[in-house]
Amino acid sequence: MSAGDGSGRSGLVGKRARRGDLIRKVRGEVRYTDDIKLPRMLHARLVRCPHPHARIVSIDASRALADKNVIAVVTGRDMPRRFGIIPWTPDEYPLALENARFIGDAVAAVAALDERSADLATRAIDIQYEVLPAALDLDAAEQNPSIGLGATGKDNISKTVDLSFGDVDAALGASDVVLEGEYYFEGTAHAPIETHCAIGQYDGDGLLTVWSATQVPHYLHRELSRVLAISPARIRVIQPPVGGAFGGKSEPFALEFAAAKLAMVTGRPVKILYTREEEFYAHRGRHPMAMRYRVGAKSDGSLTAVDAKTRIDGGAYSSFGLVTTYYSGQLLTLPSFAPNYRFSSTRYFTNKPPCGPKRGHGSVQPRFAFESMLDRIAERVRVDPIELRRKNAVVEGQTVNGFRVTSNGYLECLARVEAASDWKNRRGKLGFGRGLGVASSAYISGTNYPIYPNEMPQSAVQLKVDRSGVVTVFNGASEIGQGTDTLLATLVADELGLDLAAVRVVSADTDLCPVDLGAYSSRGTFMNGNAAIAAARQVREKLVAAVAEKLGVHPKDVFVSQGSLCAVGREADAVPVTEAIQLAEARFGTLGATGWYKSPPKLGGDYRGGTIGASPAYSFTAHVAEVEVDAETGIVNVVKVWCAHDCGRALCPTLVDGQIEGSVYMGVAEALLEEHVIDHRGLHRGPNLLDYRIPTTLDVPDIVSILVESHDPEGPLGAKEAGEGPLHSSIPAVANAIYDAVGIRLDRLPFSPGRVLQALRKRAASASREGVAAEEEE
Amino acid sequence: MLPLPAFRLHRPRTLPEAVSMLHRFGSDARVIAGGTDIVPNMKQGLVDARSLVSLQHVEALFGVEATSDSLSIGAMTSLDAVAADPRVRAGAPALAEAAEGVGGPHHRRMGTLGGNLCLDTRCRYYNQTYFWRSALGFCLKKDGSVCHVVAGGQKCVAAASNDTAPALIALEASVELESVRGRRVLDAKSFFTADGIRNTVMEADEIVSRVVVPTRAGRTSGFDKLRRRNAIDFPLLSIAARVDRDGDAIAAVEVVVSALAARPRRMAAAQKIAPGTSPADIVGAITQAAKRECKPLDNIEGDAEWRHQMVPVVVGRLLSRVLGL
Ligand SMILES: Cc1cc2nc3c(=O)[nH]c(=O)nc-3n(C[C@H](O)[C@H](O)[C@H](O)COP(=O)(O)OP(=O)(O)OC[C@H]3O[C@@H](n4cnc5c(N)ncnc54)[C@H](O)[C@@H]3O)c2cc1C
Ligand code: SF4
Repeated sequence: MSAGDGSGRSGLVGKRARRGDLIRKVRGEVRYTDDIKLPRMLHARLVRCPHPHARIVSIDASRALADKNVIAVVTGRDMPRRFGIIPWTPDEYPLALENARFIGDAVAAVAALDERSADLATRAIDIQYEVLPAALDLDAAEQNPSIGLGATGKDNISKTVDLSFGDVDAALGASDVVLEGEYYFEGTAHAPIETHCAIGQYDGDGLLTVWSATQVPHYLHRELSRVLAISPARIRVIQPPVGGAFGGKSEPFALEFAAAKLAMVTGRPVKILYTREEEFYAHRGRHPMAMRYRVGAKSDGSLTAVDAKTRIDGGAYSSFGLVTTYYSGQLLTLPSFAPNYRFSSTRYFTNKPPCGPKRGHGSVQPRFAFESMLDRIAERVRVDPIELRRKNAVVEGQTVNGFRVTSNGYLECLARVEAASDWKNRRGKLGFGRGLGVASSAYISGTNYPIYPNEMPQSAVQLKVDRSGVVTVFNGASEIGQGTDTLLATLVADELGLDLAAVRVVSADTDLCPVDLGAYSSRGTFMNGNAAIAAARQVREKLVAAVAEKLGVHPKDVFVSQGSLCAVGREADAVPVTEAIQLAEARFGTLGATGWYKSPPKLGGDYRGGTIGASPAYSFTAHVAEVEVDAETGIVNVVKVWCAHDCGRALCPTLVDGQIEGSVYMGVAEALLEEHVIDHRGLHRGPNLLDYRIPTTLDVPDIVSILVESHDPEGPLGAKEAGEGPLHSSIPAVANAIYDAVGIRLDRLPFSPGRVLQALRKRAASASREGVAAEEEE
Repeated sequence: MLPLPAFRLHRPRTLPEAVSMLHRFGSDARVIAGGTDIVPNMKQGLVDARSLVSLQHVEALFGVEATSDSLSIGAMTSLDAVAADPRVRAGAPALAEAAEGVGGPHHRRMGTLGGNLCLDTRCRYYNQTYFWRSALGFCLKKDGSVCHVVAGGQKCVAAASNDTAPALIALEASVELESVRGRRVLDAKSFFTADGIRNTVMEADEIVSRVVVPTRAGRTSGFDKLRRRNAIDFPLLSIAARVDRDGDAIAAVEVVVSALAARPRRMAAAQKIAPGTSPADIVGAITQAAKRECKPLDNIEGDAEWRHQMVPVVVGRLLSRVLGL
């Protein structure tokens, strides 16, 4: 058992256990941002624009300020600096400066003694608008460049990416089959249970503290400094536990700047809690996409080329849009793909709530299109869809667009869902109304490059080792419900032979913790995990040395077990960990360590944009869905989903199961129910959880999670991501199962009963026409 | 959070005290029972009341009483209690099933039968926040002058969305109303009007005290609703059916369809069924008429065209179940 063998010492790694904060969460003891109540705290509300596109002519707050409960109002002029998560596209003001770009865009903020007074005050701020022409969907944005939502004001384009690998036209020309398909996805929201909340406090020493339900405290720290023009040395960002984020809290938002500014103006703490409606306006949900695919294959099922054209509806601002546009094409080239590929993606601005990253950023929509196409190809060339995927698996080496693939458990994922669902005996044999469908996908374990170019570590951990036997892990990672705190405690406890209860985790506080870039792109386990292990091993070496000295043995003969350190053959003389810590502290001085993770240099393709989508490791997933379709009502019931996910190594298997179940839940919801619709007036169709339907516990399929472990050479003890990958192919698996059940291909999400029924009728009509034609021929 | 407007809460202990308060406060006051409808509506700025009169402490309004030929249910009885009551399940299954189908468990525990009967009508342009409605330009039902469902419409057609309403109409229930002027008793079928702004004949100072459901031998009933999720959702269609048998022969059939517009619709085709018609013919005749008689409007979130197509399907399935086919 040497340090490098990757096997856990005290047996915590790989063991099922409840997450560290479970009991506190269930008992309601976890304190979220809104639970924080500071003395003299004010409550603020944002004033939002009721027009889809308008120029702000004037703002008069005098009526609002006449109320003695109203303390202060700030507008765009108080913070006239742009921000944006991507350094190349800062295009948002905390509060709109000249133009408001969608219904719900924030234009002013008002602080009052209580929430109700602040809310009433928003109606007493008189704003004059000049209403401007608006683009409310992709066609309008494409056809009316004069609306001028783009950076130059001459078009509505946010980003265009055209990339080509190999000779697509020649390959398509030489194919035995070329199929075309058009697909549309309307967009979905994250719908976290905790809405955004932030508190600003500006103290007499000039220190600004912002508590926020964010998943990127580090970027928030930077942007607060830039927009408010204060040195980062005078800003502290604290992220309390977050009640769900799913990508919806991965960039700074109006409320954080407004709460900070109002706190500076009033000298009192200021809290802003978004309403459910405002949560839908903050949005950054999954982009609507219109996708056109051409896929070629040989008659044996080997794919020849993929040609994709995608129009992306970005909403009012850039957000992560530059990355989204790349991801819509770049992340498709695993796990089964063709040797020739071309994609052209254009993201347009529209006057709608801004879209951004949602679990599976940028690539869930194309995955639906592409995996549906694969099912059609398989049918056409008469190859079993799982077999077709096997045949075209990119198992090792490089993808067509130049990404390095290290560990790959894809084939095992396919085999496991195939066996678990009894695919061979059941697919196509369940009778009309019931069916099985397969789909597969891959995803990044963190982006290889940070959002702003720099060569510093992407994640770091500091350990404080106390002579009482308590070890504290300080790290910048954002616990947003996914379980990073539990994961880090498990890794450190495992390295040091400690009980989980003796490891404390302090995370996401820019004053206390070293930088981590945030909870996005499924980077947490891979990057923070490696940093934690690196730090813990330094401490372990000291414990081992001290124990070796005490026992008079060579350090290489000392091993760490649960609760103590022993020497081989001297098990009776085991030294309890706490004593080992004290021995080490006496010998080396106060104990502590720093560990960090830096991604490998130079990953990705050698072309412009070739770094976007590059990851130190990729996870792999295969889904089989079983559905029941009521042909009279069009209602689809997803009965069961088998999801096999290659997470490298399941460090905390219970958490991996949780991520798989959560991903499948979310994917099936997007397949059947959720639809983020902005109407022809620019109004959200129903910004509340009655009209925007997320599944209840009664609407969730039976989910079988299957853990596949491919032991990544660079992952922490071999681990890769599990938070986003297991979502992607759940949607096309449902689509393909519907085809198996009732013979219809659905090209528009969600598969609502009205659409299913319409497709069934069309199919019946064409079948009867064919029937008539056949009779006439006779 | 969306703040609740300021109001005074009154807690009468007796029915006479409650009705006299309502009378005294006039249009400034509203009744609050479980609060599961009126509270969210207040948050959205849909209720102008400055006083709420809570019936939570008026003991006489709670509980189910049974006689040999009827069930008398206090207006404050929770939907949960209504659904679980064995006498209701046996004597008026349509009501038990309707109560069981409301919202989620929390709504049914807090929500009352009286509150369900008096539920405000619902519309996608109405059940929204003040900000949202201001961006829309408001509508006829509240703060505005146009209808967004029926272009140029002069009448509000918001949807009756209370699940127990069609059940109570189908079951020939009666509603007891109390006010300072005394008691009046109405048939459930004449309790509702077609005006979406206010779809009951109740006066502002009246209280629903009890609902009386006749029970009789040979009567069966059932309820079903169309929705996208298996809990929480208000009905996209809400359907109740009753069948009375005389010996083996079917004597009368009633089918009531709701969540179409402001008033639950009693299907004419059901009332026309001649005594002695066979179950299969009954299902055939009523199902055939369903699509023509019942036209859902585009007033609630959910594809109106699909809701229309679903009327005969849900009616047919429910009738088959109630008829034991
Ligand atoms: C998320 C959600 C989902 C829901 N889903 C459904 C559903 O599926 N089906 C459904 O039918 N309802 C649904 N509801 C609405 C509501 O929960 C129920 O209708 C419930 O029965 C209302 O009863 P209550 O006692 O809470 O009424 P309250 O909110 O207290 O009152 C409702 C109205 O009735 C009046 N009122 C109440 N009691 C009396 C009385 N005794 N005399 C005179 N006036 C009275 C009040 O003044 C008020 O106008 C849902 C509500 C929510 C929030
Ligand atoms: S039906 Fe018309 S008037 Fe009535 S609430 Fe809806 S939009 Fe308003």
